[in-house]
Amino acid sequence: MIRWLVGLIGLSLAATQALAADPALIGVGYLGLAGTRSTLSLVEQPAENDGLAGARLAIEDNNTTGKFLNQRFTLEERRIKEGEDAVRAATDLAARNGFIIADLPADALLKVADSLRERGTLLFNAGAIDERLREADCRSNVVHTAPTRAMLADALGQYLVWKQWKRWLLVVGSHDEDKLFADALRRAATRFGAKIVQERTFEDTGGARRTDSGVTLIQRQMPVFTQQAPAYDVLVAADESEVFAAYLPYRTWDPRPVAGSAGLVPRSWDAAQDQWGAIQMQNRFIKLNSRRMTALDMQAWTAVRMIGEATSRTNSGDVRKVSDFIKGPDFSVAAFKGTKLTLRDWNLQLRQPILLVDGRMVVSVSPQEGFLHQVSELDTLGYDRPESKCKLK
Amino acid sequence: MQAEVRTRMLWRVGLLSGLALAAAPAHAFIAYISNEKGNTVSVIDTESWTVTKTIKVGQRPRGIEFTRDGKFVMVAVGDDDTIQVIDAKTQSVVDSLPSGPDPELFAQDAAGKILYVANENDNTVTVIDLEKRARIGDIQVGVEPEGMTISPDGKTLINTSETTNMAHFIDTDSRQIVANVLVDARPRFAEFRHDSSELWVSSEIGGTVSIIDPKKHEVTGKVTFEIPGLRKEAIQPVGIGMTKDDKTAFIALGPANRVAVVDTATRKVTKYLLVGQRVWHMAFTPDEKYLLTTNGVSNDVSVIDVAAQKVIKTIQVGELPWGVTIAP
Repeated sequence: MIRWLVGLIGLSLAATQALAADPALIGVGYLGLAGTRSTLSLVEQPAENDGLAGARLAIEDNNTTGKFLNQRFTLEERRIKEGEDAVRAATDLAARNGFIIADLPADALLKVADSLRERGTLLFNAGAIDERLREADCRSNVVHTAPTRAMLADALGQYLVWKQWKRWLLVVGSHDEDKLFADALRRAATRFGAKIVQERTFEDTGGARRTDSGVTLIQRQMPVFTQQAPAYDVLVAADESEVFAAYLPYRTWDPRPVAGSAGLVPRSWDAAQDQWGAIQMQNRFIKLNSRRMTALDMQAWTAVRMIGEATSRTNSGDVRKVSDFIKGPDFSVAAFKGTKLTLRDWNLQLRQPILLVDGRMVVSVSPQEGFLHQVSELDTLGYDRPESKCKLK
Repeated sequence: MQAEVRTRMLWRVGLLSGLALAAAPAHAFIAYISNEKGNTVSVIDTESWTVTKTIKVGQRPRGIEFTRDGKFVMVAVGDDDTIQVIDAKTQSVVDSLPSGPDPELFAQDAAGKILYVANENDNTVTVIDLEKRARIGDIQVGVEPEGMTISPDGKTLINTSETTNMAHFIDTDSRQIVANVLVDARPRFAEFRHDSSELWVSSEIGGTVSIIDPKKHEVTGKVTFEIPGLRKEAIQPVGIGMTKDDKTAFIALGPANRVAVVDTATRKVTKYLLVGQRVWHMAFTPDEKYLLTTNGVSNDVSVIDVAAQKVIKTIQVGELPWGVTIAP
């Protein structure tokens, strides 16, 4: 409160001339699903404002900058309940906001994107990691700050190969997303010269994620499930559905490290990231939201900061002008990852380093040294321009 | 053994005094290096080019500067939310200043009475009366204030904010922002030409140095960098050093492991000097014969012969050396 007051006084003193005109208002909407998903690990259970909290911090950051440029940013949240129409919610939000940060499943996102096309609203996909949204189903009004499955898998694959852990035992869950992540991991193995020595499927037979005597059972199940594997260096798990991967570390039959959906995990961001000035942002985030910052928070923060970066560079709040600048060749944004982030112009995916984290520390950051590219080393992660099926319309 | 060392030393003293007759007297200077991870300050003697003392300080020491009278060294220890004061005579911490949270870089006025501190966590610049050791004001600036410098006439304080991407021009009398100039991403360091005609601001993520006309508050040009065989993202300009005649600027390029030598008239790089890894900041010896750079990742300091534009020495210091200041 006091800080706010001091800021207000500073503002009125500093920029009296500049503030003669009304500030340019830049409305940002946040569209997500109601409710949270359930994780195996209690400490990884997302907060209700997962994602939104990052957008909120970026709005604060943008407004601090905005007071020097006479720009004001607002954030409006909208959660879609089960059975509710995403398009209707999005249309309502778009009436007041030229930009929308979306954390939606792929199908809902596409419907929303197509419905807002004529209106000129720019959407930021902060949540969905599906490849198809950047490939066959790409849209010219959707910018992606979330990384893709292939980017995540490649980031992990480069590190495992650098580490000389080239023989992978791949364990895949039985849900569709698990299979998609497994596809991305297989592709990474082929690209970087790792070998999948065997694949196993972990069937989801239902059951509760929380039980009173769960550990005893898991301790017996996991060694049995992983026994009699051919010689391997690392177990790579594809379990986006949170059914089994977190149970694997320390319980495999052979003493081997686990990576993928548990153990060493590729993520766009982590609460432990403190390099490249990130500590300042982590501190700001904790102060504002009373919890630590997740990857989804970061993806939303980056989206809102991209809008702020473009409004300050163009000195404009005009949605068209700002959108064009974001998609243009001169755009870049700093996001505490040691390098500037830019958009792949062929599909509007944000290029970004991927962190490899173990839940407590940042173990490494990909791209790894030695993985070269003629344009940007960040394009060694994910589908590159020549392979892309995207035709932006 | 001991006798031999002594003989050699005597010989060196003899050589030096001989030299002194021939050329200008070669002064020994004392350089202080802040080691960000080591929580220490290394003291370097510029005659022997050795570390003569390592001083334990608070957590995460970064910005470091001598007081104008040369009696004390101030070092910002960000994670302890204070600036510690080292007595240059006893080479030990004797005091601390109420800097505000997470101080990183700071600037003093010409008289050495007022200290301006960038507080990264708070979006403020804190004003400190050095004699009274008291905080006398705050100035609200952009997100993550970092670079700090004062114009040669003392009238304008410059602060750069890393996420807002601006150089804020602050009137030192009224302590109010008079202008904001947008520069490239993550501006980290600001340096005036000695003749006040230009302000140079380095942008770490943008990979450029913006040259600003301080009267018109406009960017009039940019220094860009290109190193064959090195990816563009590795070029991250941070520290800037300008010779007294304003003819040559030295710019530390971070993970590019090089210092660029820039002709200030053409604003073009004339040479890249290979130094240690992740070069941060730099300081000239008062006679301007040498330029010392701190190399964060290789844990050393490179010594550049300014006239020859050559790296002549490397000195191992503490963990992650960051800032450097040399006794006036």
